[in-house]
Amino acid sequence: MTAPSAVSEAPSSQQEAPTEHKHPTEGDYVKIAIILAVITALEVGTYFWEDIFGSHPSTTALVVSLFPMMIAKFAIVIGYFMHLKYDNPLFKRIFVFGLVLAIVVFTVVFFAFEFFDDRFFRFLTRG
Amino acid sequence: MSDAALHAPTASTEATHGHPTATGISNEKLAMWVFLASDCLLFGGLISTYLLLRHRSVEGLGPADVFDIPFTSVSSFVLLMSSLTMALAVAAIARGDLHRNRVWLGTTAFLGAVFIGGQVYEFTSFYREGLGYTTNVFSSAFYTLTGFHGFHVSVGIVMLMVLLIMSLRGNLGPEKAEAVEIVGLYWHFVDIVWIIIFTIVYLIP
Repeated sequence: MTAPSAVSEAPSSQQEAPTEHKHPTEGDYVKIAIILAVITALEVGTYFWEDIFGSHPSTTALVVSLFPMMIAKFAIVIGYFMHLKYDNPLFKRIFVFGLVLAIVVFTVVFFAFEFFDDRFFRFLTRG
Repeated sequence: MSDAALHAPTASTEATHGHPTATGISNEKLAMWVFLASDCLLFGGLISTYLLLRHRSVEGLGPADVFDIPFTSVSSFVLLMSSLTMALAVAAIARGDLHRNRVWLGTTAFLGAVFIGGQVYEFTSFYREGLGYTTNVFSSAFYTLTGFHGFHVSVGIVMLMVLLIMSLRGNLGPEKAEAVEIVGLYWHFVDIVWIIIFTIVYLIP
């Protein structure tokens, strides 16, 4: 067996070069904060649903309107303020693993403690 | 990610530590991400417990009786804006602007303190209305969840103050920018946890 050559052991110039990512500027951070503030205002607006639409919102309507906004805010803070969008992919994998594990474990807990029973679904549909 | 990418030292790692690590990324930063991933499970447990117990109260006050949504919305907004000031603090030290770094670190700590002040006020008013920690299962789950989050915010304020003192003593230069970034990761995490708590606990009845 031949010894590996020095050329084959040496990392390529492509490997050595640090990956350059365009990080957000301070102006970008302010824009992101404005977007987060607008989403928060929309979230709080659901509290005044009855004043605006004249009827009490069902839980389904609140969940359908609030969850996407919550997930959007979560993703924006994680991606831009925490730089997960730009940083080493290993960080993203570690965090997503913890997050998915938590969601799976506690979904199982919900089923085990009968959170999703018939009463829950009736409550969800009737509000 | 390829092995080459995993093992290649990044510019940021060498800039902050002066030596490459086995993974090519900062061990301290990696440790913080692992901690945050594990904290997802802790908060997941507390949020799940709250969801399971909040409608099982047999006596005493419930969520609809005590929550003051406009007040909590303001404190949520304050915490959200502290994430902006934290991001600005990280950006400032990365470009070597130590004065602005101090300003933004101090502002972030102040906004965090305002949030904690609001939580103390909220807890006090709930208690005066008759909702003690052991009043019912809803109150136990609620105080434990939000109190645990408040403890996280308080720890974050302490870390920010330590960074601020280090900076004032001249011990926090651009070469330690990663320390600010790591504290920033923790601070943003407590913010995203509150984003979930605010929606699930306060806005959805």
